Amino acid sequence: MHLPVPIEYYLALSAIMFITGVTGVLARRNAIVIFMSIELMLNSANLALVAFSTRMGNDAGQILVFFVMAVAAAEAAIGLAIVIALFRNRETVFVNDMNILKW
Amino acid sequence: MPLTLESSYPLIAICSLGVLLLLLEIVLKKPDPVSYSVTIAGLLAVGVCIFPGLLRGDGATPTGGAGLLFCEVFIAAALLTVVFSGEYLRRHDSERAAGQGAYNLLVVFAVAGMMLMALAGDLISLFLGLELMSICLYVLVGFLRKHVTGNEASLKYFLLGAFITGFILYGIALLYGSAGTLSIDAIVALVIAGDQTPVFWAGLALVLAGFAFKVGAFPFHMWIPDVYQGAPTPVTAFMATGAKAAAFSVLILMFSRRGGAEGLVFRDLISFLAAGSMIVGNLLAIVQQNVKRMLAYSSIAHAGYMLVGIASGNLNGSDGVTFYLVSYLFMNVGAFGVVSLVEEREEKNLTYEDYSGFSAKNPLLAGLLALFLFSLAGLPPFGGFFGKYFVFVAAIEADLTWLAILGVLSSLAGVYYYIRLVMVMYFRDGEAGRAEAVPRLVLAALGLAALINVQLGILPSSVISLIHRFH
Repeated sequence: MHLPVPIEYYLALSAIMFITGVTGVLARRNAIVIFMSIELMLNSANLALVAFSTRMGNDAGQILVFFVMAVAAAEAAIGLAIVIALFRNRETVFVNDMNILKW
Repeated sequence: MPLTLESSYPLIAICSLGVLLLLLEIVLKKPDPVSYSVTIAGLLAVGVCIFPGLLRGDGATPTGGAGLLFCEVFIAAALLTVVFSGEYLRRHDSERAAGQGAYNLLVVFAVAGMMLMALAGDLISLFLGLELMSICLYVLVGFLRKHVTGNEASLKYFLLGAFITGFILYGIALLYGSAGTLSIDAIVALVIAGDQTPVFWAGLALVLAGFAFKVGAFPFHMWIPDVYQGAPTPVTAFMATGAKAAAFSVLILMFSRRGGAEGLVFRDLISFLAAGSMIVGNLLAIVQQNVKRMLAYSSIAHAGYMLVGIASGNLNGSDGVTFYLVSYLFMNVGAFGVVSLVEEREEKNLTYEDYSGFSAKNPLLAGLLALFLFSLAGLPPFGGFFGKYFVFVAAIEADLTWLAILGVLSSLAGVYYYIRLVMVMYFRDGEAGRAEAVPRLVLAALGLAALINVQLGILPSSVISLIHRFH
């Protein structure tokens, strides 16, 4: 199928988004920001899936993207609930403070 | 094997059970006791209803996957977990004991996710099953929400699990882009044919890394000890057996047959994961003082033994892993079950010291725990011995003798820390060890797990013949 923009551009953008997400997870210490970076990783994969799917004229990739969006929404709900439960007990959202369990 | 409406009856059955439990939560004013018995009866019913399919060998895949056998494993893990949880939650969560219905519900939906993974025909259902299981487990780990350790374990598990999901999904996108399909059979055919584009292998490597994380293999094992220690003990048992079996069913599905030059690279990669897990898991388990944490590190080592079977890449390898998972289910759930009975509120009574004199106070439980530990150590005549035997034989067949030797040596290290706990229980005097009455159902479940362990050790052919039905 014809894409108005060459597929390499989509893939490059998706790779940049993915790397940004990974960097965010590894570099930031705030649980919420880490979670936002994870969402960025999922969306970069979505972008790649949609680009591939359009180029090949195969719908399966786009169907997967819809499921990924639903899963990401469920994950957000659970993730924020976990952060709130933790904040009630510990009054912190920084992963550096998560140091009860070690060795 | 694409999943059709007829062949997906196990999924329909387990999801109906989940929906029924959900309705009970809405309709009944005090749903907990009802939910407990409905969950147990329902899981038993689903297990019985898929048994004829198991005998027919339904859900087999060209790579040696044993679909319905795995489903039975998940159901058994969930059943034992639910049985142990009733008492455990009452004891550890007195201020909020009303959450048990939700707990059972999450276990049932996690099983649905695991079954979807084991029966998946394409990467969409694989991904959905993985996430359904993982999201339920994130909640279960933090279920005792007043417990600080539980919160911490839950957050760690959630962040790392979601992070790795990103990698798996990106890997799936790359596989889709280079293979042009999401069908697992088609992708596996390409893997066996070998000679694909670098993008394809990169995608496959990302998926491998993701599932290596899910089984807790070195170097992706960091989360295992923290999460296993912080989670409620029955949930730990469920994760160590059910979730691990689900991830291994995917590894068998996608990685137990390979071809071409890149196939050898993947064999070496998986051998590296296996060797690292066996060494790191066993060595770090030796120095632990907390029994739950020791079992967590030992589960890393067990993931290593099972990966030896995947690395072998032959029929005996995948059959060996399947057998290992069945025996591991009963010995590990049993061991965690006894630990959950001994454990006191706020993580008390979990160190080796606390087990001194346990045999005098509670000879039956001590005997059962000793049996499970011997089986975990891989001593005959228990199931754990044959699990290790089958995967190591498969490795030798596949010219991975060094891996088999390493496995035998590192399991010797394993014998030390398991036997140490038995020594403490039997040969040291002490006051610790609960002597309270144990519910009959829990005792029956433990006894059954012990019997199956012995049976697997004396007559491994009974399960092997079941596995052969899937060829």
